[in-house]
Amino acid sequence: MSGFTKWRRSEEASGWLLVSPTLVYSILLLAAPLAMVIALSFWTQDYLDLDKTFTLKNYVEAWSEPIYQTLMGRSLKISALVTALTILLAFPVAYYVSFYVPQKRKPLWIFLITIPFWTSYLMRIFLWKVILGYNGVVNGSLLGLGVIEQPLSFILYNQNAVVVTLAHAWVPFAILPIFVALEKIDRSLLEAAEDLGDGPLRRFIRVTLPLAMPGVVAATVIVFIPTIGDYVTPRLVGGPNGLMISNMIELQFKKANNAPLGAALALSAMFLVSVISLVFVWLNRKYLVGQK
Amino acid sequence: MTDPIIRLSGIDKFYGDFQALYDVNAEIRTGEFFSLLGPSGCGKTTLLRTIAGFEDVSAGKVEIAGQSMENVPANRRPTNMVFQSYAIFPHMTVAENVAYGLKARKMPKDKIATEVATALKQVGLEGYGDRASHAMSGGQRQRVALARALVLKPKVLLLDEPLSALDKKMREQMQSELRHLQRAVGITFILVTHDQEEALTMSDRIAVMFEGRIGQLASPQDLYRRPVNRKVAEFIGVMNFLDVSLSAGTAGTFECEIAGLGKAIIPAEQAPGGVDASVTAGVRPEMLTILSGENARSEREASGIVEDVYYYGDMTYYDVKLDGVDHPVTISMRNTAGRAVLSRQDRARVGWGAESVLLLK
Amino acid sequence: MKSGKLFKLYIAVFLVFLYAPALLLPVFAFNDSSIVSFPLKGFTLNWFNVLWETEALHTATKNSLLIAVSTAIISTSLGILAARASSRYKFRGQKAVMGFIMIPLVLPEIIVGVSLLVVILQMGFDLSLWTIVLGHVLICTPFCVAILSSAFLNLDQSLEEASFDLGQTKLATFWLVTMPLVLPGVVSSMLISFTISLDEFIIAFFLAGTEPTLPVYIWGQLRFPQKLPSLMALGTILLILSLTLLATAEYFRRRSARKTGIEDAGGFL
Repeated sequence: MSGFTKWRRSEEASGWLLVSPTLVYSILLLAAPLAMVIALSFWTQDYLDLDKTFTLKNYVEAWSEPIYQTLMGRSLKISALVTALTILLAFPVAYYVSFYVPQKRKPLWIFLITIPFWTSYLMRIFLWKVILGYNGVVNGSLLGLGVIEQPLSFILYNQNAVVVTLAHAWVPFAILPIFVALEKIDRSLLEAAEDLGDGPLRRFIRVTLPLAMPGVVAATVIVFIPTIGDYVTPRLVGGPNGLMISNMIELQFKKANNAPLGAALALSAMFLVSVISLVFVWLNRKYLVGQK
Repeated sequence: MTDPIIRLSGIDKFYGDFQALYDVNAEIRTGEFFSLLGPSGCGKTTLLRTIAGFEDVSAGKVEIAGQSMENVPANRRPTNMVFQSYAIFPHMTVAENVAYGLKARKMPKDKIATEVATALKQVGLEGYGDRASHAMSGGQRQRVALARALVLKPKVLLLDEPLSALDKKMREQMQSELRHLQRAVGITFILVTHDQEEALTMSDRIAVMFEGRIGQLASPQDLYRRPVNRKVAEFIGVMNFLDVSLSAGTAGTFECEIAGLGKAIIPAEQAPGGVDASVTAGVRPEMLTILSGENARSEREASGIVEDVYYYGDMTYYDVKLDGVDHPVTISMRNTAGRAVLSRQDRARVGWGAESVLLLK
Repeated sequence: MKSGKLFKLYIAVFLVFLYAPALLLPVFAFNDSSIVSFPLKGFTLNWFNVLWETEALHTATKNSLLIAVSTAIISTSLGILAARASSRYKFRGQKAVMGFIMIPLVLPEIIVGVSLLVVILQMGFDLSLWTIVLGHVLICTPFCVAILSSAFLNLDQSLEEASFDLGQTKLATFWLVTMPLVLPGVVSSMLISFTISLDEFIIAFFLAGTEPTLPVYIWGQLRFPQKLPSLMALGTILLILSLTLLATAEYFRRRSARKTGIEDAGGFL
């Protein structure tokens, strides 16, 4: 057998051969376009003409113009708030399903939690507008109960509305990884902690929480990074002060016809969320030694 | 038929940098029940899979019935396998499972039906053909797997730890059934197992493997009575080891001084692996006797103190510390009528003979 | 126990929060008022009739179905290859390759949309339904890989070896043993990618040419208050469709788990 035939029949070769169509697709439609966007961010555009001389102009503009600074800061703040709120909402639910729901009914509960996620994305956001609006469900109920006399106007068309709506959209994605991490915890570890003298609270803090952290970290990354890219929610429920960087990116690519600046903004946003996420993951690794 | 049915010569197997098999040579005779025995990770399953054709050899040659198996894939080798997990196709009935290989051979349908029925009868599953295979018990799946392989009338049947998933009682029953089946069909069986008792009771010959090498290939009796080295002796049954110092004997014998026992002249055939500076004396527990009563006599005598007693009903095992030896030796005694069982700290007279001692490297 | 009760109360409140939008959808779809707000006015099926009569909606639906079906087939095929490679073979760089394929799972969709838009325009292609399919396949493939990997991993490798050992060729083994046992996984992968594609807006909005998809059409209509009640009716239909598909997917996934004799452990994701 020649060296090549032998290689062709090897496991190594079979693996590469099988994975190659998917890999090539990802390279052509993910890596190449991303590389293109990176290149684009160093060029300039004058209406329809693309000037391909290397320049940092777009980045300088993206990082120094107050409007972009404001939008970027606000986007990061909103993403962070959404992530925090999502995790806080999700953890007790994941904990409940993992520790209180009987084994047999767990798949049903997970299914129930994921259902609302499959409502049409646009409709779901729009319906938050109906819920939070001037004549909306919240105001209607509060008025009906006599808690307030005038409809509240501070609950829609601002950043709070964006945070609530996005948290609602992402919460199933946070519940799942935390639930999986909690399910993996060997229950005898908890009994051991109790046996060694820990009360429920200390046991939770010293055993359950550290062991659930990988799930929390995964949930954080899954929620934090994509949130920065949403432009529908801020547009529908954010009002003028609730707009985010993605609305600006969309504007640059579509109406303003300045794709290079849009690319620079998009990559800057990507860069910032990735760095923040990596630091978060790294901190967790560092302070939770002995975890995989 | 050709003899040997399988010839393995100089087989090496590498997984990356890890070497799983080192220069394995063996001949397996037509119609014998052959076992590959060894601790987990010793390479016995790898060796079986190179015979089946699931693993390529890195060097060396596998010959089956005189034919080289180089470049012959598993589906064209005259071997069939019973997998450890049985690998019964869950989406097929019992009969469809058994017919699977016959269909691959494009055998006509009516012929398949009779062959399947015969095979099922052979393994005691007559009338189970229409059952859903995933509803069968462990023992039944095992029989389906056997029928599915035997129906193809392979030259060699390969069994990869087929009994390890069964409970003790079922396992013992299947051991005797497998032995009977093998005699009835006359096909060469190669069994991989880590259970020495299973290998000893079932096999015509056994290859004991350690760390990718065959340590000894012999009949069960020879393996037990004439192990070639310490490792084999320790793996098969229980063996007591005692320090020994050799002085030159006459031709064909060794004159030795065995710690705790005393002087003896050992014939060379009781040192099947030869001797060197690292040699020790090995004695099986049943080769030593506790001499109880005034009149009990033995060829030779030593003495010691009983450290522990394990009473098994029919047998009693003693840990006895021989005078002048640090670690205790195990002695087994049958509890025959009138024989007293000693207690801890009792002084014991230990009888032995030169023919019960092995010299092992 | 008091803390246990508080816990249950929290779960109840959470479920209300979770389900609020989904529950409002049918409420307004049947509400006899052209304004989507409380108080409710009465029951009507009128908004469903409106849908029936809107031509543009039908075109958008057809577009979306075409895209979703194509996406389901292509991404599931790519998923099968990658899942098989990762679950059955070991090769150097495997982790890196699989990680790379899974990236779209955590990539903001706007980045995917923007980068594909840039490339397609630079290459001089026109935006069309097919450019949307390209984007959707990219984001659906990781989901397919995840679902199919578990299907392939649940498959006892010795089943394939047994088939090969019994004399079948590798190709026949794939069709006779592997496929039937992972088929439920394949079906559920198709249904999930179909559902994701049908509902995807951000990428479609960037890559849509002159022909809108359903979400792009809805986005356009959200500006017109008088269209809102009929959109609620449309949303209700879509919700029921999604749920049917998901329940089917779940059913197939569980059947697969049962067939391969594996104890059922969890949901889709």
